[in-house]
Amino acid sequence: MSSQPRLVEVRRNVLKQNDVVARALRQRFRESEIFVVSLVSSPGSGKTMLLERTLAQLRQRYRVAALVGDLATENDAERLARSQAPVKQITTGTLCHLEAAMIERALDGWETGPLDFLFIENVGNLVCPSSYDLGENLRFVLLSVTEGEDKPLKYPTIFNSADVAVVTKMDLAAAVEFDRTALERNIRAVRPGMEIFPVSAKTGEGMAEYLGFLRSRQAELRATMLSAD
Amino acid sequence: MHELSIAINIIDLVEEEAERLGKRRVCAIHLKLGQFSGVVKEALLNSYELACEQTSLRGTRLVIEEVPIAIYCATCGARRPVHSTQFLCCAECGTPAFEIIEGKEIEVSALELHP
Repeated sequence: MSSQPRLVEVRRNVLKQNDVVARALRQRFRESEIFVVSLVSSPGSGKTMLLERTLAQLRQRYRVAALVGDLATENDAERLARSQAPVKQITTGTLCHLEAAMIERALDGWETGPLDFLFIENVGNLVCPSSYDLGENLRFVLLSVTEGEDKPLKYPTIFNSADVAVVTKMDLAAAVEFDRTALERNIRAVRPGMEIFPVSAKTGEGMAEYLGFLRSRQAELRATMLSAD
Repeated sequence: MHELSIAINIIDLVEEEAERLGKRRVCAIHLKLGQFSGVVKEALLNSYELACEQTSLRGTRLVIEEVPIAIYCATCGARRPVHSTQFLCCAECGTPAFEIIEGKEIEVSALELHP
Protein backbone atom coordinates (compact mmCIF):
# COMPACT_ATOMS: atom_id res chain seq x y z
CA MET A 1 0.00 0.00 0.00
CA SER A 2 1.35 3.41 -0.95
CA SER A 3 2.03 6.01 1.74
CA GLN A 4 1.23 8.85 -0.64
CA PRO A 5 -1.90 10.86 0.15
CA ARG A 6 -4.75 9.93 -2.13
CA LEU A 7 -6.46 12.69 -4.14
CA VAL A 8 -10.24 12.36 -4.38
CA GLU A 9 -12.24 14.58 -6.68
CA VAL A 10 -15.15 16.26 -4.90
CA ARG A 11 -16.41 19.27 -6.87
CA ARG A 12 -18.82 20.83 -4.40
CA ASN A 13 -20.05 24.40 -4.39
CA VAL A 14 -19.25 25.96 -1.01
CA LEU A 15 -22.28 28.28 -1.15
CA LYS A 16 -24.63 25.51 -2.25
CA GLN A 17 -26.70 25.79 0.91
CA ASN A 18 -27.32 29.50 0.33
CA ASP A 19 -28.11 28.87 -3.34
CA VAL A 20 -30.63 26.15 -2.46
CA VAL A 21 -32.44 28.44 0.00
CA ALA A 22 -32.31 31.32 -2.52
CA ARG A 23 -33.87 29.12 -5.20
CA ALA A 24 -36.66 28.09 -2.83
CA LEU A 25 -37.26 31.76 -1.98
CA ARG A 26 -37.40 32.71 -5.66
CA GLN A 27 -39.98 29.98 -6.23
CA ARG A 28 -42.01 31.14 -3.24
CA PHE A 29 -41.94 34.79 -4.42
CA ARG A 30 -42.98 33.69 -7.87
CA GLU A 31 -45.91 31.69 -6.59
CA SER A 32 -47.08 34.62 -4.48
CA GLU A 33 -46.47 36.98 -7.44
CA ILE A 34 -44.15 39.27 -5.48
CA PHE A 35 -41.54 41.29 -7.33
CA VAL A 36 -38.41 41.39 -5.18
CA VAL A 37 -35.69 44.01 -5.38
CA SER A 38 -32.56 44.07 -3.24
CA LEU A 39 -30.41 47.13 -2.64
CA VAL A 40 -26.65 47.06 -2.06
CA SER A 41 -24.23 49.96 -1.59
CA SER A 42 -21.58 51.27 0.73
CA PRO A 43 -22.81 52.71 4.06
CA GLY A 44 -24.25 56.19 3.64
CA SER A 45 -25.09 56.01 -0.07
CA GLY A 46 -28.73 56.73 0.61
CA LYS A 47 -30.37 53.30 0.47
CA THR A 48 -32.80 54.07 3.28
CA MET A 49 -33.68 57.53 1.91
CA LEU A 50 -34.35 56.11 -1.56
CA LEU A 51 -36.39 53.30 -0.05
CA GLU A 52 -38.43 55.75 2.07
CA ARG A 53 -39.42 57.64 -1.07
CA THR A 54 -39.94 54.45 -3.09
CA LEU A 55 -42.29 52.94 -0.49
CA ALA A 56 -44.23 56.19 -0.11
CA GLN A 57 -44.68 56.58 -3.87
CA LEU A 58 -45.48 52.97 -4.76
CA ARG A 59 -47.81 52.54 -1.80
CA GLN A 60 -50.39 54.71 -3.51
CA ARG A 61 -51.10 51.96 -6.05
CA TYR A 62 -49.27 48.82 -4.91
CA ARG A 63 -48.90 46.62 -1.86
CA VAL A 64 -45.30 47.07 -0.75
CA ALA A 65 -43.08 45.92 2.13
CA ALA A 66 -39.40 46.06 3.08
CA LEU A 67 -36.80 44.05 4.94
CA VAL A 68 -33.78 46.00 6.17
CA GLY A 69 -30.45 44.53 7.19
CA ASP A 70 -28.07 46.22 9.61
CA LEU A 71 -25.49 45.06 12.11
CA ALA A 72 -27.39 46.75 14.93
CA THR A 73 -30.28 49.13 15.77
CA GLU A 74 -33.84 49.31 14.48
CA ASN A 75 -33.34 52.88 13.24
CA ASP A 76 -33.82 52.15 9.54
CA ALA A 77 -36.96 50.12 10.12
CA GLU A 78 -38.37 52.94 12.23
CA ARG A 79 -37.60 55.45 9.47
CA LEU A 80 -39.16 53.26 6.79
CA ALA A 81 -42.21 52.43 8.91
CA ARG A 82 -43.27 56.07 8.57
CA SER A 83 -44.37 55.15 5.04
CA GLN A 84 -47.03 52.92 6.74
CA ALA A 85 -45.79 49.93 4.71
CA PRO A 86 -44.92 46.72 6.60
CA VAL A 87 -41.22 46.88 7.47
CA LYS A 88 -39.04 44.42 9.33
CA GLN A 89 -35.48 44.86 10.53
CA ILE A 90 -32.95 42.05 10.28
CA THR A 91 -30.11 42.66 12.70
CA THR A 92 -27.10 40.59 11.69
CA GLY A 93 -24.98 41.13 14.82
CA THR A 94 -21.46 41.07 13.46
CA LEU A 95 -22.26 39.70 10.01
CA CYS A 96 -21.49 42.09 7.16
CA HIS A 97 -24.07 40.83 4.68
CA LEU A 98 -27.48 39.15 4.38
CA GLU A 99 -27.80 35.48 3.47
CA ALA A 100 -30.82 33.72 1.97
CA ALA A 101 -31.57 31.87 5.23
CA MET A 102 -31.95 35.21 7.06
CA ILE A 103 -34.56 36.31 4.51
CA GLU A 104 -36.38 33.01 4.95
CA ARG A 105 -36.37 33.39 8.75
CA ALA A 106 -37.54 37.01 8.53
CA LEU A 107 -40.45 36.04 6.27
CA ASP A 108 -41.68 33.28 8.58
CA GLY A 109 -44.52 34.54 10.70
CA TRP A 110 -44.38 38.04 9.19
CA GLU A 111 -47.97 39.00 8.38
CA THR A 112 -47.78 41.40 5.47
CA GLY A 113 -50.82 40.26 3.53
CA PRO A 114 -50.47 39.86 -0.25
CA LEU A 115 -47.68 41.96 -1.78
CA ASP A 116 -46.74 43.36 -5.18
CA PHE A 117 -43.24 44.51 -4.22
CA LEU A 118 -40.78 43.42 -1.54
CA PHE A 119 -37.61 45.44 -1.07
CA ILE A 120 -34.58 44.03 0.71
CA GLU A 121 -32.04 46.56 1.92
CA ASN A 122 -28.73 44.79 2.42
CA VAL A 123 -26.11 45.76 5.01
CA GLY A 124 -24.04 48.72 3.78
CA ASN A 125 -21.05 46.95 2.23
CA LEU A 126 -19.66 46.82 -1.30
CA VAL A 127 -17.77 43.55 -0.93
CA CYS A 128 -19.46 40.68 0.88
CA PRO A 129 -23.08 40.87 -0.36
CA SER A 130 -21.88 40.06 -3.89
CA SER A 131 -21.45 36.36 -3.08
CA TYR A 132 -24.98 35.74 -1.75
CA ASP A 133 -28.09 35.21 -3.84
CA LEU A 134 -31.16 36.29 -1.87
CA GLY A 135 -33.77 35.04 -4.33
CA GLU A 136 -34.44 38.57 -5.60
CA ASN A 137 -35.65 39.41 -9.12
CA LEU A 138 -33.37 42.40 -9.44
CA ARG A 139 -30.34 43.62 -7.53
CA PHE A 140 -29.82 47.36 -7.47
CA VAL A 141 -26.40 48.77 -6.66
CA LEU A 142 -26.46 52.35 -5.39
CA LEU A 143 -23.72 54.87 -5.32
CA SER A 144 -23.89 58.52 -4.44
CA VAL A 145 -22.28 61.32 -6.45
CA THR A 146 -19.99 62.07 -3.50
CA GLU A 147 -18.28 58.66 -3.65
CA GLY A 148 -16.10 59.19 -6.70
CA GLU A 149 -16.59 58.16 -10.31
CA ASP A 150 -14.02 55.35 -10.10
CA LYS A 151 -15.88 53.35 -7.44
CA PRO A 152 -17.13 50.72 -9.94
CA LEU A 153 -13.51 50.03 -10.94
CA LYS A 154 -12.55 49.56 -7.28
CA TYR A 155 -15.45 47.19 -6.57
CA PRO A 156 -16.06 45.45 -9.91
CA THR A 157 -17.45 42.25 -8.38
CA ILE A 158 -20.48 43.85 -6.71
CA PHE A 159 -21.20 46.08 -9.71
CA ASN A 160 -21.05 43.06 -11.99
CA SER A 161 -23.32 41.05 -9.70
CA ALA A 162 -26.04 43.74 -9.81
CA ASP A 163 -28.65 44.27 -12.53
CA VAL A 164 -29.25 48.00 -12.27
CA ALA A 165 -27.25 50.98 -10.97
CA VAL A 166 -28.85 53.92 -9.18
CA VAL A 167 -26.78 57.08 -8.80
CA THR A 168 -28.06 58.88 -5.72
CA LYS A 169 -27.81 62.41 -4.25
CA MET A 170 -27.90 64.04 -7.69
CA ASP A 171 -28.85 67.30 -5.91
CA LEU A 172 -25.19 67.44 -4.76
CA ALA A 173 -23.74 66.76 -8.23
CA ALA A 174 -22.70 70.34 -9.01
CA ALA A 175 -21.17 70.89 -5.56
CA VAL A 176 -18.85 67.89 -5.92
CA GLU A 177 -18.21 68.44 -9.67
CA PHE A 178 -19.70 65.06 -10.42
CA ASP A 179 -18.71 63.70 -13.85
CA ARG A 180 -21.69 61.68 -15.04
CA THR A 181 -20.09 60.55 -18.31
CA ALA A 182 -17.05 59.16 -16.48
CA LEU A 183 -19.20 57.30 -13.96
CA GLU A 184 -21.41 55.77 -16.64
CA ARG A 185 -18.35 54.69 -18.60
CA ASN A 186 -16.86 53.04 -15.49
CA ILE A 187 -20.09 51.28 -14.56
CA ARG A 188 -20.46 49.85 -18.04
CA ALA A 189 -16.79 48.84 -18.18
CA VAL A 190 -17.39 46.40 -15.31
CA ARG A 191 -21.00 45.58 -16.23
CA PRO A 192 -21.59 46.07 -19.96
CA GLY A 193 -25.03 47.34 -20.90
CA MET A 194 -26.09 48.10 -17.34
CA GLU A 195 -29.15 50.29 -16.92
CA ILE A 196 -28.37 53.44 -14.87
CA PHE A 197 -30.80 55.76 -13.07
CA PRO A 198 -29.48 59.07 -11.69
CA VAL A 199 -31.85 60.24 -8.92
CA SER A 200 -32.26 62.61 -6.04
CA ALA A 201 -34.65 61.23 -3.45
CA LYS A 202 -34.54 64.68 -1.85
CA THR A 203 -35.63 66.83 -4.81
CA GLY A 204 -37.41 64.09 -6.76
CA GLU A 205 -35.09 64.44 -9.79
CA GLY A 206 -35.05 61.23 -11.85
CA MET A 207 -37.51 59.49 -9.52
CA ALA A 208 -40.25 59.23 -12.18
CA GLU A 209 -37.94 57.28 -14.55
CA TYR A 210 -36.66 55.05 -11.76
CA LEU A 211 -40.17 54.29 -10.44
CA GLY A 212 -41.44 53.80 -13.99
CA PHE A 213 -38.76 51.19 -14.52
CA LEU A 214 -39.76 49.33 -11.33
CA ARG A 215 -43.42 49.40 -12.34
CA SER A 216 -42.76 48.14 -15.85
CA ARG A 217 -40.50 45.30 -14.68
CA GLN A 218 -43.11 44.24 -12.13
CA ALA A 219 -45.79 44.34 -14.86
CA GLU A 220 -43.57 42.19 -17.12
CA LEU A 221 -43.21 39.61 -14.38
CA ARG A 222 -46.99 39.55 -13.85
CA ALA A 223 -47.52 39.12 -17.58
CA THR A 224 -45.12 36.17 -17.84
CA MET A 225 -46.83 34.51 -14.88
CA LEU A 226 -50.28 35.03 -16.36
CA SER A 227 -49.22 33.54 -19.68
CA ALA A 228 -47.64 30.59 -17.85
CA ASP A 229 -50.95 29.81 -16.07
CA MET B 1 -15.20 40.47 5.62
CA HIS B 2 -17.18 37.32 5.01
CA GLU B 3 -14.21 34.98 4.57
CA LEU B 4 -14.75 33.52 8.03
CA SER B 5 -18.29 32.45 7.10
CA ILE B 6 -16.93 30.94 3.89
CA ALA B 7 -14.20 29.10 5.83
CA ILE B 8 -16.83 27.62 8.18
CA ASN B 9 -18.91 26.55 5.16
CA ILE B 10 -15.84 24.81 3.73
CA ILE B 11 -15.16 22.99 7.00
CA ASP B 12 -18.77 21.77 7.30
CA LEU B 13 -18.75 20.58 3.72
CA VAL B 14 -15.40 18.78 4.00
CA GLU B 15 -16.28 17.09 7.31
CA GLU B 16 -19.45 15.79 5.70
CA GLU B 17 -17.57 14.61 2.63
CA ALA B 18 -14.84 12.90 4.69
CA GLU B 19 -17.55 11.08 6.65
CA ARG B 20 -19.21 9.98 3.42
CA LEU B 21 -15.88 8.69 2.09
CA GLY B 22 -15.63 6.36 5.07
CA LYS B 23 -14.45 8.60 7.92
CA ARG B 24 -11.19 9.34 6.16
CA ARG B 25 -8.60 11.72 7.56
CA VAL B 26 -8.07 14.71 5.33
CA CYS B 27 -4.62 16.25 4.84
CA ALA B 28 -5.42 18.91 2.26
CA ILE B 29 -8.39 20.62 0.66
CA HIS B 30 -8.22 21.90 -2.90
CA LEU B 31 -10.39 24.92 -3.55
CA LYS B 32 -11.20 26.68 -6.80
CA LEU B 33 -11.72 30.38 -6.19
CA GLY B 34 -13.05 32.57 -8.97
CA GLN B 35 -11.59 36.01 -9.53
CA PHE B 36 -15.17 37.31 -9.36
CA SER B 37 -16.25 35.27 -6.34
CA GLY B 38 -16.04 38.25 -3.99
CA VAL B 39 -13.68 36.30 -1.74
CA VAL B 40 -10.09 37.35 -1.00
CA LYS B 41 -7.57 34.51 -1.08
CA GLU B 42 -5.29 35.76 1.71
CA ALA B 43 -8.20 36.54 4.02
CA LEU B 44 -9.71 33.13 3.36
CA LEU B 45 -6.42 31.34 4.15
CA ASN B 46 -6.13 33.19 7.47
CA SER B 47 -9.78 32.60 8.31
CA TYR B 48 -9.45 28.92 7.49
CA GLU B 49 -6.50 28.46 9.80
CA LEU B 50 -8.48 30.06 12.62
CA ALA B 51 -11.73 28.27 11.91
CA CYS B 52 -10.34 24.72 11.66
CA GLU B 53 -8.47 25.01 14.97
CA GLN B 54 -11.23 23.37 17.09
CA THR B 55 -12.36 20.90 14.44
CA SER B 56 -11.35 17.51 13.05
CA LEU B 57 -9.62 19.40 10.21
CA ARG B 58 -7.06 21.01 12.47
CA GLY B 59 -3.67 21.01 10.77
CA THR B 60 -5.04 20.45 7.26
CA ARG B 61 -3.87 22.61 4.36
CA LEU B 62 -6.14 24.73 2.22
CA VAL B 63 -4.76 24.85 -1.32
CA ILE B 64 -6.39 27.63 -3.34
CA GLU B 65 -6.36 27.70 -7.10
CA GLU B 66 -7.49 31.07 -8.43
CA VAL B 67 -9.74 30.83 -11.47
CA PRO B 68 -9.59 33.75 -13.91
CA ILE B 69 -12.76 35.13 -15.50
CA ALA B 70 -13.78 33.41 -18.71
CA ILE B 71 -16.56 34.67 -20.95
CA TYR B 72 -18.47 33.47 -23.96
CA CYS B 73 -17.79 36.03 -26.68
CA ALA B 74 -20.65 36.23 -29.17
CA THR B 75 -18.44 37.94 -31.76
CA CYS B 76 -15.68 35.31 -31.63
CA GLY B 77 -18.26 32.59 -31.02
CA ALA B 78 -15.92 31.10 -28.45
CA ARG B 79 -14.78 31.01 -24.86
CA ARG B 80 -12.34 33.86 -24.16
CA PRO B 81 -10.49 35.55 -21.29
CA VAL B 82 -11.39 39.18 -20.45
CA HIS B 83 -9.24 42.26 -20.79
CA SER B 84 -9.28 42.82 -16.98
CA THR B 85 -11.70 42.90 -14.04
CA GLN B 86 -11.89 46.67 -14.59
CA PHE B 87 -12.70 46.27 -18.25
CA LEU B 88 -14.96 43.34 -18.93
CA CYS B 89 -14.57 42.83 -22.63
CA CYS B 90 -13.20 40.04 -24.79
CA ALA B 91 -9.40 40.04 -24.61
CA GLU B 92 -9.26 39.09 -28.31
CA CYS B 93 -11.76 41.37 -30.05
CA GLY B 94 -12.93 43.90 -27.43
CA THR B 95 -16.63 42.99 -27.51
CA PRO B 96 -18.28 43.80 -24.13
CA ALA B 97 -18.64 40.70 -21.97
CA PHE B 98 -22.28 39.90 -21.29
CA GLU B 99 -21.91 36.24 -20.42
CA ILE B 100 -19.50 35.14 -17.73
CA ILE B 101 -19.01 31.38 -17.80
CA GLU B 102 -16.26 31.00 -15.23
CA GLY B 103 -14.70 33.06 -12.43
CA LYS B 104 -17.51 33.24 -9.87
CA GLU B 105 -17.00 29.84 -8.28
CA ILE B 106 -16.11 28.92 -4.72
CA GLU B 107 -15.76 25.17 -5.10
CA VAL B 108 -14.07 22.38 -3.18
CA SER B 109 -12.57 20.52 -6.14
CA ALA B 110 -10.69 17.70 -4.39
CA LEU B 111 -9.54 16.32 -1.07
CA GLU B 112 -6.16 14.78 -0.25
CA LEU B 113 -6.74 11.89 2.12
CA HIS B 114 -4.27 10.15 4.42
CA PRO B 115 -3.38 6.71 3.10
